[in-house]
Amino acid sequence: MPGFDFSNYNRNAALHARGVPLPKATSTGTTIVGCIFDGGVVIAADTRATSGPIVADKNCEKLHYISSNIWCAGAGTAADTEFTTALISSQLELHSLSTGRKPRVVTCMTLLKQHLFKYQGHIGAYLVVAGVDPTGTHLFTVHAHGSTDKLPYVTMGSGSLAAMSVFETQWTPKLTEADAVELCSQAIQAGIFNDLGSGSNVDVAVITKEKTVLKRGYVKPNERGQKLKSYIFPKGTTAVLNEKIIRKEDLGNYVSVHELSTTEDDAGDKMEVDA
Amino acid sequence: MAMFSQNPIMNGPNYSFSDTPKVNAPEGARQHRFDPYTDNGGSTLAIAGKDFTIMAGDTRLTSGYSINSRYHPKVFKIGGTTADQKDASIVLSVVGFAADGEALKERLDAICKMYRYRHGKAMSVKACAQRLSTILYQKRFFPYYTYAILGGLDEEGNGAVYSYDPVGSYEREQCRAGGAAASLIMPFLDNQVNFKNQYVPGSGEGHALQERPRNPLSRTEVEILVKDAFDGAVERHIEVGDGLQMMVITKDGIEEILLPLKRD
Amino acid sequence: MSSPFSINGGAAVAMVGKDCVAIACDLRLGLQSLTVSNNFPKIFQYGDVFLGLTGLATDVSTVSDLFRYKVNMYRLREERDIAPSTFAHLVSSSLYEKRFGPYFVSPVVAGLDAKTGKPFICGFDSIGCIDFAKDFIVSGTATEQLFGMCESLWEPDMTPDQLFETISQALLNAVDRDALSGWGAHVYIIEKDKVTKRLLKGRQD
Repeated sequence: MPGFDFSNYNRNAALHARGVPLPKATSTGTTIVGCIFDGGVVIAADTRATSGPIVADKNCEKLHYISSNIWCAGAGTAADTEFTTALISSQLELHSLSTGRKPRVVTCMTLLKQHLFKYQGHIGAYLVVAGVDPTGTHLFTVHAHGSTDKLPYVTMGSGSLAAMSVFETQWTPKLTEADAVELCSQAIQAGIFNDLGSGSNVDVAVITKEKTVLKRGYVKPNERGQKLKSYIFPKGTTAVLNEKIIRKEDLGNYVSVHELSTTEDDAGDKMEVDA
Repeated sequence: MAMFSQNPIMNGPNYSFSDTPKVNAPEGARQHRFDPYTDNGGSTLAIAGKDFTIMAGDTRLTSGYSINSRYHPKVFKIGGTTADQKDASIVLSVVGFAADGEALKERLDAICKMYRYRHGKAMSVKACAQRLSTILYQKRFFPYYTYAILGGLDEEGNGAVYSYDPVGSYEREQCRAGGAAASLIMPFLDNQVNFKNQYVPGSGEGHALQERPRNPLSRTEVEILVKDAFDGAVERHIEVGDGLQMMVITKDGIEEILLPLKRD
Repeated sequence: MSSPFSINGGAAVAMVGKDCVAIACDLRLGLQSLTVSNNFPKIFQYGDVFLGLTGLATDVSTVSDLFRYKVNMYRLREERDIAPSTFAHLVSSSLYEKRFGPYFVSPVVAGLDAKTGKPFICGFDSIGCIDFAKDFIVSGTATEQLFGMCESLWEPDMTPDQLFETISQALLNAVDRDALSGWGAHVYIIEKDKVTKRLLKGRQD
């Protein structure tokens, strides 16, 4: 059965109507950026995932695979970015197989926006779509409600203003690949250090006509320092009331395997087989 | 209705039933409200030793997802003879709403100074602690939105820490964490300062085990605990970071230490 | 009314050690501040894979049974045990299927890969976003306390004995600062050839 299962919807809506608050989802209160250069496109993201003011994941992946020549950076509700990109990636792969052509970035963007528009913003995926296809280099943003933009440099997420300040002061047309990577990295770092929703490392993906290079942990400006003390406890520090050990080898005590004899003597027990 | 914005965070968690009908005010009715408080994040920590007290706090000041300042102290010397607090012996840490914290500090400092001029001696921590409770309770129905911790040395020279709720309920304790990351740091303190849930290995079976005896920690041990506690909090709480300010109160005066914390 | 995640209370945590993993939970079941039971384990074993479930107790039971069914069906179809990482993706897609009417649970998965023996842990939010971590995963009403404890106590390459003490101390001290968790704890230490399950002494208040 394809699609979502709404079997708990009525229960939860009834609870909500009685004042039960909404569950907290892991949100990638993120900084994501993208930038076109001469011959390709770069996208980058930070790696912090938050749940309220708490950091849920210090090194999550926000750059999602769509196809070998199209990648996507995601902000918003983490599960939605993960599953929406996976769904569209799958559709695009099948489409590419049936048409016998390489997938196009506009196709990807259109599939995403039609999917998201259908769900009227309830799927909280905010995406930067980038790729190179036979029609050229493309960079789009797709918002949760289904609107899209096509720009030479883009930012999204809670750190979008910090990142855009870098683009607006440093961006120039006709960047080289190295310059574009560095510019995107600087934009993400502006988000990491100035936006509380973003943090940890910078991930970068460079897409050119020839190949895609994913640079996971391109910059790691926030490695945790050494602890001043080891907090290992001596064995026996914790009070234990009961202990049970299950060994793999002892599992034979509960399940036994016997070889069945195959001599002619017990032929009577044999199953009848058609000659 | 959750409006669309550039910033996904501001749209809430984006759940399907986020738009189920809410009981709202009737059409055209306007609600007037007064929101005088902001949460400026940050965290504080105080540990009393045998002959010293360490008060610590991070130096980040936040509102929402923004950093307003990377160096905004939360730990203050109180009741010296002069403005530079050279001869102070009491330390106050405040976390919560920064403006209220500032006001509370100024007020307690002025009261301590007045006490000094009137009586010709510095206020004891015990007296100062009681006075702080009174100040807070005086604003019972328009509270200072702060979680205060007061630290110093008592009459016997032992480390003393007093912790408060925003309306003046207080208690003397061995250690206390306050603010945004209090819930992250406090269980660590229970475990490493008061040795909670720790038993002496081999001292018995099950219920007969002996609890690990408490022995007072040295100053260096406490400094290590404070730094590690904050490093942990910085990793997992977005509102804590930038700098760690520590005040070590001994009979020889107050030593201030400033250490860097992660800035992301 | 309070959040469905904090009606019944409870906490779970998983940690990685050297060639071993640990998963632990408290035993409380409550209705708001009233404790109903002190024997409500939140860890479920499916072959070599362990699942910790905190959140709304009715959903904890429903989801644990659902995955027992799904894992058994997997075993019948594939004629082999499910690998921890495969199980993690099964949990993820099962939860996301209910994106617009989620189960109010925060699952934690722990296990060793049967082929490589590599430790595997991960956590999820209630709609199936996976949090792959190299160190530890926490969930439940004592999440913040557990994060604080684990972040300062955990270190890489702990032996099974060290790992047991660390995860136990992390859990016990965390739940003692959470009114909705506690009342004893279960700890599983999972090694290549054996699993050790221990019942911890914890505060009963």
